[in-house]
Amino acid sequence: MSENLTGPQVPDARGYFGAYGGRFIPEALVAAVEQVADEYEKAKHDPAFTAELDLLLKDYTGRPSPLTDVHRFSAEAGGARVLLKREDLNHTGSHKINNVLGQALLTRRMGKTRIIAETGAGQHGVATATACALFGFDCTIYMGEVDTERQALNVARMRMLGAEVVAVKSGSRTLKDAINEAFRDWVANVDNTHYLFGTVAGPHPFPAMVRDFHRVIGVEARAQVIERTGKLPDAVVACVGGGSNAIGIFHEFIPDAGVRLIGCEAAGEGVDTARHAATLTKGEPGVLHGARSYVLQDEDGQTIESHSISAGLDYPGIGPEHAWLKDTGRAEYRPVTDDEAMLALRLLSRTEGIIPAIESAHALAGALVLGRELGPDATLLVNLSGRGDKDMHTAAQYFGLYDTAAAAQGETR
Amino acid sequence: MTSKLSGVLAAAAAENRAALIGYLPAGFPTVDGGIRAVNALLEGGCDIVEVGLPHSDPVLDGPTIQTADDIALRGGVRIKDVLRTVQEVSGAHPEAAVLVMTYWNPVDRYGTARFAADLAAAGGAGVILPDLPVEESEAWRAAAAEHGLDTVFVVAPSSRDKRLAEVTAAGSGFVYAAAVMGVTGSRAQVGELAEDLVARTRAATDLPVCVGLGVSTAAQAAQVAGFADGVIVGSAFVQRILDADGDERLALAAVRELAADLAEGVRRR
Repeated sequence: MSENLTGPQVPDARGYFGAYGGRFIPEALVAAVEQVADEYEKAKHDPAFTAELDLLLKDYTGRPSPLTDVHRFSAEAGGARVLLKREDLNHTGSHKINNVLGQALLTRRMGKTRIIAETGAGQHGVATATACALFGFDCTIYMGEVDTERQALNVARMRMLGAEVVAVKSGSRTLKDAINEAFRDWVANVDNTHYLFGTVAGPHPFPAMVRDFHRVIGVEARAQVIERTGKLPDAVVACVGGGSNAIGIFHEFIPDAGVRLIGCEAAGEGVDTARHAATLTKGEPGVLHGARSYVLQDEDGQTIESHSISAGLDYPGIGPEHAWLKDTGRAEYRPVTDDEAMLALRLLSRTEGIIPAIESAHALAGALVLGRELGPDATLLVNLSGRGDKDMHTAAQYFGLYDTAAAAQGETR
Repeated sequence: MTSKLSGVLAAAAAENRAALIGYLPAGFPTVDGGIRAVNALLEGGCDIVEVGLPHSDPVLDGPTIQTADDIALRGGVRIKDVLRTVQEVSGAHPEAAVLVMTYWNPVDRYGTARFAADLAAAGGAGVILPDLPVEESEAWRAAAAEHGLDTVFVVAPSSRDKRLAEVTAAGSGFVYAAAVMGVTGSRAQVGELAEDLVARTRAATDLPVCVGLGVSTAAQAAQVAGFADGVIVGSAFVQRILDADGDERLALAAVRELAADLAEGVRRR
């Protein structure tokens, strides 16, 4: 599996994917970020490191994750054959564990004893808390206060695993501000602390390193699809917030020019409203959280607060490699609204008995539209990046699934 | 030609004292109130002021400056207001050097060349851009140099000696030595790391070395003035204005008084 760590040679030595990426960090973090880059360079060529990671991915995570044909769902997608890459079946319930185990091994290599991380939906936080329990690291997770409320189950899971969860009350009180607070912690505690960044954004080497740890998704899926269908899929579909699960499944397919790569970003209440998180559709190039990429920003370079029903996609930035894939035309990015995602969540639940995360439901909604465009001869590979248990409170409120108003603890739609 | 900033620092050195550098964000609590507050820093005894350009994502700032930035942004402060602040302050205090301190994205978005031109036209002396490392700064430095602006780089206790040489070679005006590893905000003690960092920085450059992060009292200012060329104070001034709770007369008096205390401190080396 770890041959995935040495893939195509982008970014360049300074961390640029075309015009995007780089390293916009304070001087206090330069030494630490260089250490991460140097140590990762060594680790990925070290057979002992890759062997240990492979063993963890197999025996702890449960890789390879299955590929599931979803026939009843496919009927709703214009009859196109839909294949789900089941990252929801990984230990901890999402793709996030792939990157976390890699960086946890790296943390031990660097001799650090404490890990901090940001989380939106809580999936990266849970995966990080899990690895910290496994490796015996101290663990602090920063999570926006809004997200601690809508993803309360994941807060409890992290605390059960021994992590400290800090509810961030500044700014929009969501993922962006959790990242800000994690950077502040890192600057002050960089001697003993690794910032286990959870997506393919941030300063170099994080976009490339996190991608490499997730490339396993696409490497497995490409072989599985060919074995199952005898050919490549017509399109690969994934949701994009920061973009980690999407880059993970896209990457192995980039040289396959006939395979369309389609990222579904969160359009919230609509891209023509002020409440969305469609960074590639509506953003412009700028620098946020250490890298140049597309950013939702005003004309003074102030970040605009994003909105999505999905905490994991509620982010006004995007990984720089996605910005590059967009500009080069190799990947397409489409907006998916809250409502479209929630309907796709219910549809998969009721046609296949699989409750997806709201994040992943954005990809499913994208596949429904794409399948109707391409028709019954098409094969779509969809990354089911996470499971939906954590989202039951949001879904119950959205669909009115609670018996009483009291149980709903809030407004029912 | 000696820059405005270098001249102010040389004048303080000629008096055998450290320079006093004060920071306040523009637009805090309002644009005009902020201009009066920055003027009060200079009236109280600061030699140099850093006018903050508030940002939505101040990742290097502690709660005090985050609060001030929030107030300024909610009040609608724009880059043109920051430039007006620089213009009015430098007009009222032609003897002082007025810098802008901000994160990179607002400058990037405004346009590198345009920002350098407009800041110079407003009478600004230079910038501090703490999240723009040397490696990413070439285009900015070219624009700044064209308009006679200094670019002050930050060094940190974690900066290795080789790195100090690279950073200080790229910068001008002075070197901003971060006294502690961490974000802005008052601390009970100035880090022990500061004196060592200043000594290592001096070995790398002839530029003046000024120390910031955590300095809030005259006693701390005097201590830092014992080994540095300048003392930088920000959050303590912001806190005085927050404490005044909207009473501008009280706020300006408190800012002036703190500046005077610190000015006495930097002369006590």
